[in-house]
Amino acid sequence: MSRLIIEADHAESAYWSDLWRYRELFFFLSWRDILVRYKQTVIGVLWAVIRPLLTMIVFTIVFGKLAKMPSGGIPYPVLVYAAMLPWQFFSSALSEGSNSLVANANMLSKIYFPRLIIPASAVIVCFVDFLISAVILTGLMAWYHISPTWRLLALPAFTALGFFAAFGACLWLAALNVKYRDFRYVIPFIVQFGLYLSPVGFSSDVVRQKYGETIYQLYAFNPMVGVIEGFRWAIGGPAASTLDGNILGISIGMVALMAFLGLRYFRATEESFADII
Amino acid sequence: MSLAIRVENLSKRYLLRHQAGGRSRYVALRDVLADRAKSLFQKNRLDATREEFWALKDVSFEIQRGEAVGIIGRNGAGKSTLLKILSRITKPTKGRIEIDGRLASLLEVGTGFHPELTGRENIFLNGAILGMHRTEIAKKFDEIVAFAEVEKFLDTPVKHYSSGMYMRLAFAVAAHLDQEILIVDEVLAVGDAAFQKKCLGKMNDVSQSGRTVLFVSHNMEAISRLCTRCIYLVKGGLKMQGATRDVLNAYADHSKQTAGEIDLTALPRAFEGSAEARLVRLKNLSAETGGAWCFEYGTPLEFAVDISVTRPLAEPEIGYQLFAVTGMQLASTTTTQELPLTSLEPGRYQLRVKIPDFFLNPGTYVLGFSIATPSHNVDNISEVVQIEIMPSARSVQKSLHRIWAPMTPSAVFQLNRL
Repeated sequence: MSRLIIEADHAESAYWSDLWRYRELFFFLSWRDILVRYKQTVIGVLWAVIRPLLTMIVFTIVFGKLAKMPSGGIPYPVLVYAAMLPWQFFSSALSEGSNSLVANANMLSKIYFPRLIIPASAVIVCFVDFLISAVILTGLMAWYHISPTWRLLALPAFTALGFFAAFGACLWLAALNVKYRDFRYVIPFIVQFGLYLSPVGFSSDVVRQKYGETIYQLYAFNPMVGVIEGFRWAIGGPAASTLDGNILGISIGMVALMAFLGLRYFRATEESFADII
Repeated sequence: MSLAIRVENLSKRYLLRHQAGGRSRYVALRDVLADRAKSLFQKNRLDATREEFWALKDVSFEIQRGEAVGIIGRNGAGKSTLLKILSRITKPTKGRIEIDGRLASLLEVGTGFHPELTGRENIFLNGAILGMHRTEIAKKFDEIVAFAEVEKFLDTPVKHYSSGMYMRLAFAVAAHLDQEILIVDEVLAVGDAAFQKKCLGKMNDVSQSGRTVLFVSHNMEAISRLCTRCIYLVKGGLKMQGATRDVLNAYADHSKQTAGEIDLTALPRAFEGSAEARLVRLKNLSAETGGAWCFEYGTPLEFAVDISVTRPLAEPEIGYQLFAVTGMQLASTTTTQELPLTSLEPGRYQLRVKIPDFFLNPGTYVLGFSIATPSHNVDNISEVVQIEIMPSARSVQKSLHRIWAPMTPSAVFQLNRL
């Protein structure tokens, strides 16, 4: 027989085991969101492929052909697509995840479950999109005769880095969004701005050459710099520029900090969600 | 018998924010920043805009395993807050609760239903939300479908369902929960008559199957049928607990303490009318109740409403409205048919209203009054007083059909053998 004790000003001691008990709900919610995502669309899941593909083409023309940015040894479309993949995942996870609590307000005020499940399942849905659009990358690599190297084995690690960057940030924003609906307007702005602040359309070497080493290291405080350069390094093979250890270290540190602060803020405000949403 | 739920000194405080114009419920970042900036110069400014409100105060009770317990009280007495704390949706400010056994709460049917998903998909989703395991849902799947009577539409998205089908499916999932402790808010009054009958039967089964049930309702008749014991809340505090009959009597007695005369001038208006005339005072004239707003089922209702007319009013229509506690309007009668008025000169008037055959079923209702002309509203109060209709000898032998219906209009029946 299960026994439950609810006490005022007592942190939920069984929080993490509860999270495990509610894993089926997490599974069902993710499943619901994946099912619903492309319902009543004509081309359905193809959207997950078309969006990064078209953006890649535009960026290749604008940055590669018109602005003639250096590509650092790998074909420009591959350079852009390798960055587009994690960036699209990060940006969609950020916007979907941040709105997820407010979008499920009704559930929050009627049913108990660890609230962490909601933003987590929103991020998972974006992750499925990410996996689908990764298929295009294999096509691109074949087209440009880039043979896979052992570096590809590091790709899951960089994916995890991107995952935690998105999850940490969206926990924080989702909790803030419950209290201050201003964040509804802030998030699209962050996403739009971030696209230009991250080295998606160009190699981050450009920043180093133009502004020097110090600015380059500061640049890595944007955690997506490490994730994107990691993707390029893993995918481009020997032709790609080397991966700067400092840059990666700073980005990993930033992701860890964001995930920690995000989770802490979420846990601290979680209990009052039902009262203020 | 062992204990299923033990509640000790439970309190819940809400902070109310007073915002000019009663704007949105959530806080705008701009306001917070502005307040912070101002409070640098003025101390305690933030506190002045907040007010404490205790939705529950020092409530303690125990519930034995297998008991069906009703929770009653007027609107705002803290019933919903209590359910929310027991279901862990919100945390108590003070106190402690011990719950022994798996608990499922039904504060709403169909939580998490997604219109784009099919009936089949929603059954699994909703089951998971209510805390059922996948294997459990799969095992009960056929039973749920049969109960909801939606076999043919299982693979249709629920957005194409009629509202009746939707509610049936939602309730069916909830009805097949087999947690040891069930918390049920007034969610049963849904669907068509035949289905309501089925729901009530199911509720009866549940409370007889040895499971612990906590049931909140304004429907006194349902409470007296389903619950052996009741908890009575008044303004966030526990007023009384005990056998259903005793508590219901105390509830009726307490309702009688509402004054028989009500000053209408200070009550909030539903909307601003043109104000040629104002509703001034309401008086309960029903002899049997001694001026209290609590009536036995089947007794006539009689009251007088005072009106002050300041400017001549052409073709006035004066009448009462009756609402369910959910806010749904149930009935409205005006002078238009029974006492057509061509005009009212300035002065004070008293209108007496008698409803000889009062057909409301036991429960809580809200009475409102209005003055209007065919072209515009003059004065309108939608919540003047809550009235209680108590079960009586005449209502004891009721049919299952009637229990969820708000009223029983008198009807003439004739039976011929064909």
